[in-house]
Amino acid sequence: MSVETTSLPAPKAALSNSQLALCFVAAAVVMTVVQYLGGLPEWLHRLPEALVPNFAGWLDAIFNFVKDDLGLLVVTRTLTEGLEWLLDASGNIFFGKRRWPNIGPIPWTAMAAVAAVVGYYLGGWRLALLGGGTMVWTALIGQWEIAMQTMSVLAIAAPLAFVIGLSLGIAAWKYAWVDNVIKPVLSVLQTLPFFTYLLPAVIFFKVGPTAGAVATTIYAIPPMILMTTLGLKKVSPEVVEAGKMSGCSRFQMLRHVYLPSARTEILVGVNQVIMLCLAMVVLTAFIGMPGLGAKLLAMMGSFKLGRSFEIGVTIVLLAVMLDRMSKAWVVKQPVHFERGTPFWKRHQMLLLGIAAFVGLTLISLVAPIFAEIGRGQDFSQGKELDNLIKAFLNIEWVKATTGFLRAFLNVQVLIPFRNFMLSIPTPAFILLVAAFALALAGRKQAIYAVIFFSLVALSGWWDRAIITLYSVISAVTLAALIGLPVGIIAARSEKWSTRVLLICDTAQTFPSFVYLIPAIMLFGITDIAVIFSILIFAMVPLTRYTIEGLRTVPEEMTEAADMAGATRMQKLWSVQLPLALPTMAVGFNQAIMFAFFMVIIAAFIGTQDLGQELQRTLAGTDLGKNFVLGICVSLMALTFDLTIMKWASDKKAVLGL
Amino acid sequence: MSAEVPVISCKNVWKIFGNDPTGFLKTMTPGMSFDEIRAAGYIAGVKDVSIEVNKGEMLVIMGLSGSGKSTLVRCFSRLHDITGGTIEVEGQDIMSLAEKDLIELRRSKMGMVFQSFGLLPHRSVLENVAFPLEMRGQDKHTRRERAMEVIKLVGLEGREDYFPRELSGGQQQRVGIARSLAIEPDIWFLDEPFSALDPLIRREMQDEFLRLQQLLNKTIVFITHDFDEALRLADRIAIMKDGAVEQCDTPDQIVLDPQTEYVRKFTEDIDKARVVHAGVLADATASGEGDPVDASLTVHSMARMLVNDTRAMIPVKKGDTIIGALSRQSALDILLGTGA
Ligand SMILES: Nc1ncnc2c1ncn2[C@@H]1O[C@H](COP(=O)(O)OP(=O)(O)O)[C@@H](O)[C@H]1O
Ligand SMILES: [Mg+2]
Repeated sequence: MSVETTSLPAPKAALSNSQLALCFVAAAVVMTVVQYLGGLPEWLHRLPEALVPNFAGWLDAIFNFVKDDLGLLVVTRTLTEGLEWLLDASGNIFFGKRRWPNIGPIPWTAMAAVAAVVGYYLGGWRLALLGGGTMVWTALIGQWEIAMQTMSVLAIAAPLAFVIGLSLGIAAWKYAWVDNVIKPVLSVLQTLPFFTYLLPAVIFFKVGPTAGAVATTIYAIPPMILMTTLGLKKVSPEVVEAGKMSGCSRFQMLRHVYLPSARTEILVGVNQVIMLCLAMVVLTAFIGMPGLGAKLLAMMGSFKLGRSFEIGVTIVLLAVMLDRMSKAWVVKQPVHFERGTPFWKRHQMLLLGIAAFVGLTLISLVAPIFAEIGRGQDFSQGKELDNLIKAFLNIEWVKATTGFLRAFLNVQVLIPFRNFMLSIPTPAFILLVAAFALALAGRKQAIYAVIFFSLVALSGWWDRAIITLYSVISAVTLAALIGLPVGIIAARSEKWSTRVLLICDTAQTFPSFVYLIPAIMLFGITDIAVIFSILIFAMVPLTRYTIEGLRTVPEEMTEAADMAGATRMQKLWSVQLPLALPTMAVGFNQAIMFAFFMVIIAAFIGTQDLGQELQRTLAGTDLGKNFVLGICVSLMALTFDLTIMKWASDKKAVLGL
Repeated sequence: MSAEVPVISCKNVWKIFGNDPTGFLKTMTPGMSFDEIRAAGYIAGVKDVSIEVNKGEMLVIMGLSGSGKSTLVRCFSRLHDITGGTIEVEGQDIMSLAEKDLIELRRSKMGMVFQSFGLLPHRSVLENVAFPLEMRGQDKHTRRERAMEVIKLVGLEGREDYFPRELSGGQQQRVGIARSLAIEPDIWFLDEPFSALDPLIRREMQDEFLRLQQLLNKTIVFITHDFDEALRLADRIAIMKDGAVEQCDTPDQIVLDPQTEYVRKFTEDIDKARVVHAGVLADATASGEGDPVDASLTVHSMARMLVNDTRAMIPVKKGDTIIGALSRQSALDILLGTGA
């Protein structure tokens, strides 16, 4: 049929990617210079208002159609009733809301005992101490009720997210078309700022705990889906065949073979669900959900730093406790008992837990202090801490340092940089982004970059988008200036690597909200505080991946460099860093994603970016505008994500990693 | 019921991996080699295999890694759907079975042992062994009783509450064997059951396996890539290469009379004297004098007698009847390796 074809090398493209990128940059520079000289027509500098399509209006029309005409609202409001019932019940159990089953609240001592027993069962004394200690701290500091309000929502949202994520994960694993539909949705969902989850939740599911629970659940579903499919795909083919040969029906296969064999991945998914739920449930304070988040928001708003700090510690303790316990559950393996072990010994932990729970509940009936720590009985040191912090900030050199940083960074670096970014004409900016994508990744990514940023321009929110981007870039750059050296130095010794990695791991479990506390403490309600909070948040992945990248450079390679007589510096520059770069890029990418996430939260401090506008929409019913703003953030984040991840995987392939 | 029906009978079976195996098989030129098929983008896992397994016999499938042994056996139990040909199990075409009937067949007739055991990590030894019984819905009490029986049989008594990761490799494979025997299968598939084990343990497990087989007398398809193992265990050996069966014969015939160059190469280094039995050498038309030798003796075990004896023809007996006589010279040729 086919005649032998001699394969010629494909005709060389007229311009290589990097040359083309250079041309883009040159064009952008020319355009900017012309603009500075006043020669650029205004319509080329910024898209004229009149040309901005009414995306928000169209979206509103679609929403209204779905909501009213298709009757989605009826459906969701019905769902709301069921969910409300669940939340009421868990509210009653956790903090004594006056609803069915009217048995709560559980005494704090009983909760603390159960937490300690569960901790002991999962991970020995240390986790017992962590579990019991967290509960005791929360009660004694006088935050029991708000903490339990948060936990009561978590107790509903996390299982819901687990069940939905697991089912969708199974479906995606079983049916290719489900997988094809879910994948792109997931990648958008993961870059969508969390404010975008909130408003639809409010509109469709009522303000308060219900909407909070819905937003929390949806936010936590994606990793559960991913981990489920991952785990199911990894089940060893021999185990599957053994199941089939044992005569399993399809359902039996799933129930008795696949799911138990994917236990590890599924439990890792559970860990992520719990952590994301906690992070989100704190943030739902923005739509009026009571609990730790709301209290923190209020305290920070009125600049009560002492109380904010105490709440921050509670949130962090809860996060660490939940994280450690669920991770201990992941690695917990079944162990057999010797023949003839009596019943009570086999179930000693369960019995102990029940006994402590019942005992303390009974005691609390006669001694109320065991049930609840009343107003004025707690040990909160809010005022004293406030004074302490203020005194600290007033120490001469501290004041001088923060004052200098504020003045220097703001006046000399940040504001000029922001003004510069704002001065670039829109088309020139898009060209620059395209050049960036082209040089790092390739034409496909460059085309995406152009489309995505053009959409941002068309949205009519260009200036605010640029300010958002400016915050992200400044914070990530500063984070890199600190995080990279820290990572490089830590990576030099095994001991320090483990220590710093442990810190990073722990810091990563903190709900993002608490990062605002030190920022506000140090810098007050200023632009610098925004940058600072993003900076510490983004530094975590940067440091972490730098260490991981450097530590995984193969031993032979560094030894070869040693034998070649390289100095430590030479070895670092010419062997270790190039090999670690792809991994570090992943960290960089994560830092940017984190920064986009944080910049929106930081809007609370007061910014002029998209986050600010987004937060404003929460007060109203501007669903269309809310979505447009959210998608703008998502599009910018996606551009970086696509480009950097492509670059990292290309580099990895080239290096044969 | 006729005793003649083989337990498994497969005719011109093909199993091709690739995008559109059925379409490819229909349009491909007959007689294409394995490499030609691969050049077309397909892999011939099983290539035109016709073979029968008789009741109560142990067929060993032999071949290098990647020669299609596992694939062939997975076709027997329909873990793979075949691309062409027919496979009948006890006269029933298994490709025509509905899912329900297939599950029923596996639940009642087939057991399989895997190279890396395929145990369920979250279940104890007892629960693993009872698993097939649980799947077919037996109540807890009976399945526990039966599971304990087979656990005793494979020598794991006292370990029934252990979890797989608490056991050594050999013990794990005993669990795998016990599980495959729990339903009292008629047909027993073993896919390189001892390959993952240390040589010493492997030997021990082979002895154990022979003991079990004597006890149970099942129809067995046993896969190995180890020729010594094959020779120790087999009633018949099928040698595979590139998905095709090169030769299927008794061990004696394979070493005495290799049909292809590949098989000859394979058997070159084998000590034939340890494989060939007196019964095979016996010429039914000939007769000899004096004390007969037993048909089940190998040439190797008759060595001293062969060298010292002076008779030209030695009678061979099977049980109490004389089945013929063997030529001492040809036996000595095998022993001394001067057959040519
Ligand atoms: N599911 C599969 N998909 C594609 N190719 C396969 C599959 N299973 C086996 N093969 C191929 O079929 C050939 C025979 O494999 P296998 O039967 O496992 O060999 P053996 O058990 O003799 O080592 C090999 O080339 C293998 O790569
Ligand atoms: Mg195999």
